[in-house]
Amino acid sequence: MSVRLALDIGLALLVFAVAARTIFARGAFEAVVDYVAYGLLLSIVWIRLFAVDVALTEDAIGGGVTGVLLIGAAARLRSAETVAAEETPSGSLRVFAACLCLLVTAVLAGVVLLLPDPGPTLAPQAAEHLAETGLGNPVTAVLIAYRAVDTMLEKVVLVLAVVGVWSLAPDRFWGGAPGEARAARPEPTLAFLAQVLPPLGILVGIHVFWAGANEPGGAFQGGAILAAMWLILMMARLTEAPPVGALWLRLALVAGPAVFLAFGVAGFVMASGFFSYPPGFAKPLILFIEAFMLLTIAVTLPMLVAGPPRREPRP
Amino acid sequence: MTQATLAGLIGAALVGLGLYGLITNPQPLRKNLAFNLIGSGVFLIFGIFARKGAAAGFPADPVPQAMVITGIVVAFAASALAVALVLRLHEETGRATLRPDAWTKPPSDGAGSE
Repeated sequence: MSVRLALDIGLALLVFAVAARTIFARGAFEAVVDYVAYGLLLSIVWIRLFAVDVALTEDAIGGGVTGVLLIGAAARLRSAETVAAEETPSGSLRVFAACLCLLVTAVLAGVVLLLPDPGPTLAPQAAEHLAETGLGNPVTAVLIAYRAVDTMLEKVVLVLAVVGVWSLAPDRFWGGAPGEARAARPEPTLAFLAQVLPPLGILVGIHVFWAGANEPGGAFQGGAILAAMWLILMMARLTEAPPVGALWLRLALVAGPAVFLAFGVAGFVMASGFFSYPPGFAKPLILFIEAFMLLTIAVTLPMLVAGPPRREPRP
Repeated sequence: MTQATLAGLIGAALVGLGLYGLITNPQPLRKNLAFNLIGSGVFLIFGIFARKGAAAGFPADPVPQAMVITGIVVAFAASALAVALVLRLHEETGRATLRPDAWTKPPSDGAGSE
C-alpha cells in the first residue's frame, strides 16, 4: 500500500468519524463545533479530487459561514434542548431507521463502485470554447458563461432567502436592524481580532475574486471571505448590522442578479442571444458581472446569518 | 481503489449517516445539521463524477464542480432560512420542537395557563 493511499484512507476515516460525532454528539453545541471541523476536513477531500474551487467554497461557506450561523442558533436554543430530549424515538424505531440508512448507503456505494471509468464528460466541450471566454479557469467559465442562467437564478435564491428570513420579524421590529447593537465597551480579545483580520481578509477576498478568472477562486469564494470579515466586525460588536430598510443595503442585495440579468438580456442585442457575450469582450464583461455578484454575496451571507430584525427602528 | 472511488464511498456513507440523524434526532437544529451532511455526501458523489470525467487536460470535469459550488451556496441559504424559522418558533413558544401539539401547550408544565 502506497503512502498516498494510506493517507487517503486515513482522511476518509477521519471525515467519517467527525461526521458521526456531529450526529451522535450529546449536545447541539458540540455537534455544531464538530460540523465546522468536518467542513474543513471535507475541503481536503475536495482538494484530493482536484476540485480546488469546490474546496475553497466548502471551506468558506460549508464550514465557515454555516458554522457561524449554527453556533449562534445552538447557543440561543440551549434552553429548549432538554425538552426536546424527551422526544427521542424508541430503540426499535432507531434500529429500523439504521437498517434503512444502511440500505441507502449500500445502494449508493454500489453505484459508486459500478461507475464506468472514464465516465461521461463535458470537459472537452468546456475546453473547446474556453478561449472564446478569455478565462483560464474552466469552472468560472461554466458558472458565468456556459451555465449563466443557473448562477443568476442562484443569486435570486439568495435574495429570496433574505426576504424569507426578514419576513419572520415581529411587526414592531420591522424596519429595524438585526443582531446586537454596537457595544459601548467591546470585548477586548474579539475587538483586537476584528481590527487585525479585516484589512488582510478584504485583500485576500478581492484577490481570490480577481484570480478566479484564471486560477481556482471566483466571486463565490471571494465574496464569502469578504462576508466573513463583516461578520467578525459584527460579532465583535465594533459595528452593527444596518436596518433592513436601508436603501443601500437593498440595492447591494439585488445588484448581483440585476446586473447579471441586464447583461443576459443585452445579449440579444450585443451578441447572439440570451446570456451570450459579444466575441472579444467576454472577459471584461464577465469580470464586471462578477464584481457585482461579489458585492451581493458579501452582503447577503452576513444578512442571512444576522437573521430577522430584532430591534425597533430608530425614528 | 482510487481516491475518487474512496471519496464516492465516503459520500455514500455520509448520506446514510445524515439520513439516520434526520430521522432519529428530534431537535430541529440537529435535523438541519444532518440534512447538511446528506447534502455534502451528495456533493461528494458529484465529485467522483467530476473526477471520472477528467479529460481535455482538466484533472476533473468542470461542469459538476460548478454545480456543486452553486449547490453549496443554495444549501447555505436554505439552512439560514430553516434556522431563522426554528429561532422564531422558539421565541414564540419557548420550545424548539416539530411536534404538532407544541403550539397548544405552554413550555413549562402543560397546564394551559399562559
